[in-house]
Amino acid sequence: MTAATAQKSEAQQPLDAESVRRDFPILARSINGRPLVYLDSAASSQQPLSVMRAVERYETHSHANVHRGVHTLSQEATDAFEGARDRVRRFINARSTHEIVFVRGTTEAINLVAQAYVRPRFGAGDEILISALEHHANIVPWQMVCAQTGCTLKVAPINRKGEIIFDEFAALLSPRTRLVAIAHVSNALGTILPVKRMIAAAHEHGARVLVDGAQAVPHERVDVRALDADFYAFSSHKLYGPTGIGVLYGREEILESMPPWQGGGDMIRTVTFEASTYNDLPWKFEAGTPHISGAVGLGAAIDYVEALGLEAIAAHEQRLLKLATAALTAIRGVEIVGTAAHKAAVVSFTMTGVHPHDIGTILDHEGIAIRTGHHCAMPVMDFFGVPATARASFGCYSTSDDLARLVAAVERVREVFA
Amino acid sequence: MDLKDLYRDVILDHNRKPRNFGRLDPADAQAEGHNPLCGDRLSVFVRLNGDRIEDLRFEGKGCAISTASASLMTEAVKGKTRAAVDAIFHRVHDLLTREDAPAAEDLGKLAALSGVREFPVRVKCASLCWHTLNAALEKRASVSTE
Repeated sequence: MTAATAQKSEAQQPLDAESVRRDFPILARSINGRPLVYLDSAASSQQPLSVMRAVERYETHSHANVHRGVHTLSQEATDAFEGARDRVRRFINARSTHEIVFVRGTTEAINLVAQAYVRPRFGAGDEILISALEHHANIVPWQMVCAQTGCTLKVAPINRKGEIIFDEFAALLSPRTRLVAIAHVSNALGTILPVKRMIAAAHEHGARVLVDGAQAVPHERVDVRALDADFYAFSSHKLYGPTGIGVLYGREEILESMPPWQGGGDMIRTVTFEASTYNDLPWKFEAGTPHISGAVGLGAAIDYVEALGLEAIAAHEQRLLKLATAALTAIRGVEIVGTAAHKAAVVSFTMTGVHPHDIGTILDHEGIAIRTGHHCAMPVMDFFGVPATARASFGCYSTSDDLARLVAAVERVREVFA
Repeated sequence: MDLKDLYRDVILDHNRKPRNFGRLDPADAQAEGHNPLCGDRLSVFVRLNGDRIEDLRFEGKGCAISTASASLMTEAVKGKTRAAVDAIFHRVHDLLTREDAPAAEDLGKLAALSGVREFPVRVKCASLCWHTLNAALEKRASVSTE
């Protein structure tokens, strides 16, 4: 019995991270002679054995191309792939599998919307509104499409805690605002944005809203209908699944109104040299052979987190976040960057007189993996006047022992740079 | 692999008290270097006397390795000709990247950078200042040939 199934049989129990850890083979590794402490789940989470087994079972037993042959393997592969799509649909409570487009990841999902939704219909005078907390993946595709169409990019500001200033966001909305693109959770700081409220405000002005949910889906239950999101994007590899696969949710009538963005096999119904007709949703947006095993792995990852319980994961991570914030704040010279009232399990910090890169090297030497740098959010770093931060992020397998090791290693950094 | 090999006393000292830190105004040449991996930026300012680096300074925000390397570089190249600077750069490059780099005693304090080799992701931190100095000197060269 895995920790996930054990957890399910005792619903409402707090997460037993020690038994969860046993589901993740990589956590048994040593780095530089010390047991690995993995605190970089916000960059990419590790995979439980059940995900690897599901992928292996598919590859060794059922692999063929999807939506093609009449042979048994092709049918099994198609069932596995489309089964994963329905698993995703239930996970985020979408109405229909027509609304679930498989993509490479959040970045590709956002680029799809930029090129297939914005590019054909926006022009001079139209505005796209983002927030100052965005990851480069939710900035650059909009800059590119603004250059292509002549529309304008606007940025809603944040306060010194790293929170969106709702009134200033609302003040930037106008009839010119045609799309709002916002993170659900900031990758650099951990801030949870009030997306439901922001979506409602945007809709009042007739704008569509895309939510970058890459950092949200591993930490809380997301219901795209309750949020009333028009588009919602996330990646498998931050949700304990494989890399190279992600999801674009789009409201069916909006996806229906969009032209395809890549041409090729699988996205067509008929092809002649004169013209082609396109496939139905969601395949219209899935040109070429998809990442079938990736989708299977993502489906298994969703099974895993659902069995643990997203509420149990969230409660566990929030407890660690509180402990980490208190312990790191107590270290002389450490300053936490991003102190929003509502945060996911991310602690970004700086240390007086020590560059984050040096913190990262010393922690790695102690077997501790954290992210150091600008976290693909250079404007956030500029806002706080730092070139970079050190960032520890937690997942379902993180423990208070991990935290103790982190704190001891940060103290050690202080010693080296005394 | 020992942390003390990377963070030697010379490195920590030059990180804490970088030499030749600040702007040089006027300068004959300057360039800005950027390491997008860590967000480090540094500027190098050079004053030339013929082919010789009469004075140079650097400023910027960087990690201990990049700051100390830049500080050590300014001490090592001040007063040197372009050819001598090139020779030192090649020696330092070998020191940072090659297991079989020749003994570095004659490089003076720059030898303290040999520990960086064991931390491959940090090699760029140590070489940023040298690439930036080269860019500054090349710009000067291209200006003078016009």
